Amino acid sequence: MSVGSCDCRPCDAVCACGWSDGCVETAAGRVTRAKTRWSWRDRLGSWAVCWGVGRMRYPVPPGLYAVGKPGPDAPLLVTANYKLSFDHVRRALSGHDAWVLVLDTQGVNVWCAAGKGTFGTAELIARFEASGVSKVVGHRTLVLPQLGAPGVAAHEVSRRTGFKVVYGPVYAKDLPAFLEAGLHAAPEMRRVGFTLRERLAVTPIELVHRFIPALTLLALFVASSGLGRHGYRLEAGLCAWIAWAVVCNTLAGIALTPALLPWLPGRAFALKGAVTGAALGVAFACLWPFGRLAGVSVGLLSVAACSFLGLMFTGCTPYTSASGVRSEMSWALPVQGAFALVGLLGWLAALLV
Amino acid sequence: MKYLREVVTLRLDRDACVGCGRCLEVCPRGVFALDAGKARIVDRDACMECGACARNCPVSALFVRNGVGCAVGILNAKLGRTSSCCGAEQACCCGGPGETAKPSPETVDGTAPTVL
Ligand code: SF4
Ligand code: SF4
Repeated sequence: MSVGSCDCRPCDAVCACGWSDGCVETAAGRVTRAKTRWSWRDRLGSWAVCWGVGRMRYPVPPGLYAVGKPGPDAPLLVTANYKLSFDHVRRALSGHDAWVLVLDTQGVNVWCAAGKGTFGTAELIARFEASGVSKVVGHRTLVLPQLGAPGVAAHEVSRRTGFKVVYGPVYAKDLPAFLEAGLHAAPEMRRVGFTLRERLAVTPIELVHRFIPALTLLALFVASSGLGRHGYRLEAGLCAWIAWAVVCNTLAGIALTPALLPWLPGRAFALKGAVTGAALGVAFACLWPFGRLAGVSVGLLSVAACSFLGLMFTGCTPYTSASGVRSEMSWALPVQGAFALVGLLGWLAALLV
Repeated sequence: MKYLREVVTLRLDRDACVGCGRCLEVCPRGVFALDAGKARIVDRDACMECGACARNCPVSALFVRNGVGCAVGILNAKLGRTSSCCGAEQACCCGGPGETAKPSPETVDGTAPTVL
């Protein structure tokens, strides 16, 4: 296991993980009670995940947990052993009594694990049986996270466990309302949203991912800018403008396009990105102080770069289909390639001709 | 927000449907409605091919070729970098074993919405 993990079952020993709150005796043995308040470590951990710091898998030991003082009638919820999933569930359950069955998804969140099948029918049934939870609760209802549904066949689980399956809300924050309504989620609790905040939430990690490619491009363009008819000579002013162009394009691609997503024209992400790129490109074409041809070329390269980054953003959204992305890639990649090629030729021509 | 028109592989066999309502419960995009005791597709273009409805339909009345709408994953797969996650024919973009988890709606900080 990696840094940040906690392998101990805090019932048995003193634990450093910070979220355990003693033990509960049950018919299936002792069960760890989870705190419903986040410690500074939990906060730090969530921040680290957001910025992609440390390659942590961040798992919670799978098994049964108690929240509050649950009796046999307390609801039984299921989640993944990705620490943030677990953290959000236990925090949302503050003031409630519940049982939480944590599946082993190898430290991956519910949505991704359901796609992979690790948050799946087989693991659920196995963990259900191993935990002995059917002896702990008096009722016969399992509450699953709705976004776990791609991995779990509810009817199969019912057939094998004798428990009815109810899917809970998409967002953990709606859990209290769901529980208070008697395990009923209002239609809006069943929808994934994509607010400005959510669109920009991935920007930090995108920045981390795009840093090295952006730096490489910067180095290549700076190196090429020294070429000329009269030998090789680097100019500080030109290098600064190149750096400026790379920074603007990266930020436009990973922050501006996502932020403006609902208002950019078209439905295809490559098109939305291209519009951002075109705006940037026109600005560069007009303002570039080292010749019109070079400026226009930088503009064309901006369109290609932002369009490509727009396409790459499809994976960060909760509403793109694989068929749609394939269809848009089939026309967008060649067009982006063409823009990039013409832009590059223009760039070199401006330097050499 | 809607994605491309008329591209998804979702199919419903209304004759087989028994009207249990499970697809309405699991679909995070509001694609279905119940109509005369059977499911109906009311917003086809909203479908993101997550596969939840097809996996949970007790009578196999739904079909969808599921996958993740992620250009990085699809590109990786085309370049031969496949891995078992993210459904068929796709390479991982959201953190396989030993990788940093790529953000999904739930991996953001405390106040951001989170999967249960
Ligand atoms: S595949 Fe997913 S998004 Fe599409 S209809 Fe089924 S549940 Fe809804
Ligand atoms: S899950 Fe299947 S049987 Fe149930 S309403 Fe939907 S299509 Fe019909």
